[in-house]
Amino acid sequence: MLRQLEGSHAVAEAVALCRPEVICAYPISPQTHIVEGLGELVKSGALAPCEFINVESEFAAMSVAIGASAAGARAYTATASQGLLFMVEAVYNASGLGLPIVMTVANRAIGAPINIWNDHSDSMSQRDCGWLQWFAESNQEAVDLHLQAFRIGEELSMPVMVCMDGFILTHAYEQVDLPSQADVDAFLPPYEPRQVLDPSDPVSIGAMVGPEAFMEVRYLAHAKQTMALERIPQVAEEFAQRFGRRSGGLVRPYRCEDAETIVVALGSVIGTLEDTIDEMREAGVRIGVLGIQSFRPFPLAAVRAALQGARRVVVLEKSFSVGLGGVVSTDVRLALSGLLLHGYTVIAGLGGRAITKASLARTLGEAVADRLPPLTFMDLDWRIVERQLEREAATRRSGPIAENLLRDVGAVASKVR
Amino acid sequence: MLQVRFHGRGGQGVVTAAEMLSIAAFEQGRHAQAFPSFGSERTGAPVVAFCRIDDREIRLREPIVAPDVLIVQDATLLHQVDVFQGLRPDGYVLINSRRSFEELGLGDLVRRFRPERLTCVPASEIAKRHIGRPLPNAALLGGFAALSGLIRLDAVVHAIRDKFTGKVAESNVAAATASFDHVAQRMREAADA
Repeated sequence: MLRQLEGSHAVAEAVALCRPEVICAYPISPQTHIVEGLGELVKSGALAPCEFINVESEFAAMSVAIGASAAGARAYTATASQGLLFMVEAVYNASGLGLPIVMTVANRAIGAPINIWNDHSDSMSQRDCGWLQWFAESNQEAVDLHLQAFRIGEELSMPVMVCMDGFILTHAYEQVDLPSQADVDAFLPPYEPRQVLDPSDPVSIGAMVGPEAFMEVRYLAHAKQTMALERIPQVAEEFAQRFGRRSGGLVRPYRCEDAETIVVALGSVIGTLEDTIDEMREAGVRIGVLGIQSFRPFPLAAVRAALQGARRVVVLEKSFSVGLGGVVSTDVRLALSGLLLHGYTVIAGLGGRAITKASLARTLGEAVADRLPPLTFMDLDWRIVERQLEREAATRRSGPIAENLLRDVGAVASKVR
Repeated sequence: MLQVRFHGRGGQGVVTAAEMLSIAAFEQGRHAQAFPSFGSERTGAPVVAFCRIDDREIRLREPIVAPDVLIVQDATLLHQVDVFQGLRPDGYVLINSRRSFEELGLGDLVRRFRPERLTCVPASEIAKRHIGRPLPNAALLGGFAALSGLIRLDAVVHAIRDKFTGKVAESNVAAATASFDHVAQRMREAADA
C-alpha cells in the first residue's frame, strides 16, 4: 500500500513484514526510530512471535544477534557511526561464523571531530568484514532491500548490511509502497539454518582453526560472496516480477547508453545526480550516472561493462581514505584495469555537508572539460584550511584544529574567551 | 515543483509542520518530500525544515535554498536569521504574528514581493485558544491553505489526523480551521479594499 512515511518508520514496518524472531538494539541516532518502531510493534503484539531485547551496548547488540542466529532465529539489528565501530569485533564474527543477520546501517560520519551527520565513513570502515553491503537510493529501495537481504543472506548463510543515508533518508517523509504480508511471505521463505545450536542435537559453532584450514575458511567466505554476485540480480529480477518495481541488483545505469562521461555513486545522492545530469544532457553534454547498489560483493564485471564505453569516469563518494583518496574509487579503478579512461575522484558531503545540484554541475562541468584534478574535495573551504596551516607554521602551540576552524568560520567554539 | 521552507524554534513543531504538509500533499495525490535541517535539537534554538511538492517523483535531496513559500513560526527569528534568503520573487510568506508586515518592520518586503501573497496570522494565539498551548504548526498550515490555495484545508485536516490521534488531533484540526477562516477573511478584506 502506498503511504507517506518517515524512512525509519517505513524500514521498521518492512523489517516486521520479514518476521524477525529476535531484534536486539542499542539506540544510536539516526537509526533509533527504526528500532523504536519495531519495539512498539513487538510490544503491541503486531509482530509475534518475536523477542525484542534491549542490550547495554552495540557490542552486546551484535553478540546477542549472533547467539540468536546460531540458535536458528531470524535476527535483526540496526546501528550507525560509532555504534558500528563499537561492535566491530562481533561484526567480523557474525560473517566468519556464517550467520545471516540483517543489520540496517543509517550511514553517518565517524569522529573525531564529533559529528552526527551523514556520510559513508561508518560502513566503509567495514568494507572487508565479510558482510554483504548494499546501498539504498531512496526509502522505497531501503524497504525493498531488507526483504532481499533476508532472502539472500539466509540462502547463502551470510550477514547483510543494508545501508541508508542517515537523516537524508531515515528522517525524510516520502511515499513508500509497503508490500502485503502475503507477498512478503511468498517471497521470503522461513529461515532454514545450515547450522543450529540445539540441545537435543548438540554441535559446537566457532571452533579455533589454525594454519591448516584458516585460509580455506576465508576463501569459502569469498566464494559465497562470488555466488552472491550471481544471486543478487536473479533475486532482484524475481522481486521486480512479484512487486512490480526495480530495487536492488548490482548496479543501475542512468542515461549511460551513449555517455562519454559517467559518474559513479552510492546511496541517496544518486537522485540529486540524476536531476543534475538531466540538465546537463539538455545542454548537450553526454553524461550518465552509474549507481552501485551492491558495494560488497563488489560487481567488478558489471561495473566494467557499464563504464568501458565511456571516455571518463568520475567517482563521487561520501567516504575518504585519509592518505590515499577515494574508497569506492579504488574498487572502480580495479574494475577498469587496462582500460585507458580518464579517472577522477570527487569526495563530497563529508560530515553532512549538503551536496547541491549547483556544486555538482560545476564540478562535473570541470570533469567534462578534463580540468578537474584527479582528487577533488567538493566545496572545500580553502580559506580556513590555509589559515590553519599558516597557524601551524607560525607557532608550535597552535591549538586544537577543530576549535580553531570553528572560530574561523564564526561558529560557536568550545573555548570561551 | 513547489518548495516550502519552515523557520521556527526547537519545540514549536517545525519538523512536524513540514511532515504534515507532505502528508497533506500526498493525500491530494501528489509527490512530496519533507525533511528537517539536521542538527542538535535544542528547545528554543532556530530550526529549519523543508517540504517539496511535485507531480512526479522527487529525486532532489539538497536543502531548499530558493523557496517558493516561507512559513515563519516565530517572528522573533526575523532579527536573528535571514529567513527571506533566496525567496522567489513571486513567493508566499506566512508569519506567525498578531502584527502586520509594516508593524514588524517588513514594509520593504511588501514592496519587493507580491503583497497579496504575504500575510500574518496569530497562529500561537489561535493554538492557545484551541489546543491550550502555543503550538502554531497546524494553525499555520491551515493559514497557508487559505493564503495560497496550493493545498486544501481538508487535506491539512487529514494530515493532522494522520499524525495525531484523539483530543490532540481534534484540537489541532480546530486551530487549523480557525486559522484558515482568519486568513480567508483577511484576504477578502484586502481584496475589497
